[in-house]
Amino acid sequence: MKLKGWKDVKPGAVVTEAGSALKFKTGSWRAFKPKWIEENCIQCMFCWIYCPDMAVKAKDGKRAEFDYDYCKGCGICALECPGKKGNKAIVMEEEGK
Amino acid sequence: MATPLSLKELSKKEVLLTAGHRMCSGCGAPPVVKMVLLASDYPVVASNATGCLEVSTCISEYTAWKIPWIHNAFENAAASLSGVETMYRSLKKQGKIDKEIKFIAFGGDGGTYDIGFQSLSGAMERGHDMLYICYDNGAYMNTGIQRSSATPFGADTTTCPAGSVVPGKLQQRKDLTKIMAAHGIPYVAQASPSSWSDLMKKVRKALEIKGPKFMNIIAPCNRGWRSRTDDAILLSRLAVETCYWPLYEIEDGVTKITVKPKEKKPLVDFLKPQGRFKHMFAPENEWMLKQAQEEVDKNWERLLKEEAFTASLETPKE
Repeated sequence: MKLKGWKDVKPGAVVTEAGSALKFKTGSWRAFKPKWIEENCIQCMFCWIYCPDMAVKAKDGKRAEFDYDYCKGCGICALECPGKKGNKAIVMEEEGK
Repeated sequence: MATPLSLKELSKKEVLLTAGHRMCSGCGAPPVVKMVLLASDYPVVASNATGCLEVSTCISEYTAWKIPWIHNAFENAAASLSGVETMYRSLKKQGKIDKEIKFIAFGGDGGTYDIGFQSLSGAMERGHDMLYICYDNGAYMNTGIQRSSATPFGADTTTCPAGSVVPGKLQQRKDLTKIMAAHGIPYVAQASPSSWSDLMKKVRKALEIKGPKFMNIIAPCNRGWRSRTDDAILLSRLAVETCYWPLYEIEDGVTKITVKPKEKKPLVDFLKPQGRFKHMFAPENEWMLKQAQEEVDKNWERLLKEEAFTASLETPKE
């Protein structure tokens, strides 16, 4: 999105497009990347509720893939993941490897 | 019917705070806002005090909010929302609006404990039908970690730096939750994102009550707490388990502890992972750990007594 000059901005700094932040992809902030290992996933959905960046997608009440466009790589999901029999369903990997 | 409080069912709902906001990686505040918004099945109108949440979710033309949201200034999130709520009541009376809408104000601890305190106190006293939510990260994190009246004892901040003369903040934190309860409002609660179900139950309860409500929610900040980016939820859990941040509610003057830790952990479990308390572990500062623990113990004991006492005051319901 091209930034507007002050004359183009609505009076009172009103933003009429709800959720326009989606146009700003924060995925480039990431230094570590979470990887989802589906066979270890028990569908507890903790990663979905705890993710600060709404970067864990859900579909029909089940966990779906990460949204790497927005994931900042904080690692909360991996830390909170209970996994299956001690095997984590989310692991962090160094970005770009 | 309200959406059942299961993550499976809740995940079918749209989260009304979108991705693309610019809160730091691993911030504790967005999960709090997400849980609050998911808890409500009513349309919500929100106001926001100046702070991390406000500056990072609404930058220029980008807004992460999918609900009507107003930011005015640092000190007046509660006053601004009072006006909005009053306008809503007027429009409803005139028959121009018939929807049931809920009003929620968000403020950080700076915008709630300190700068926004008088407008919050005023809005509560006037009895506006709104829920004020303070996400408490214990300092002015947005402007560079300056101490606030929510900063815990001993913490190292940029305006009370731990050095050879002064070992961090020397004062105890202000107990805002109790101060709000002293306003005699119908509902006051303390919550933590680690106990998401407890948090959402409290929000739901608050929204069903008419009149002013206040909730204080801990929101770890890895920049200011000098901790890892992945431990926001872990630290908020340790805060509860050490009784540093007890989960309780005060409904019509009756105190109830909603989550009692099975085993009360020593406070150092909460302090140790945070760099802002690092100096307290030096041999010469042992007294600080002792004093911090004593304060937590004292407050916890008092809360337990308060629970028993206020329950004894309650007249049995027919």
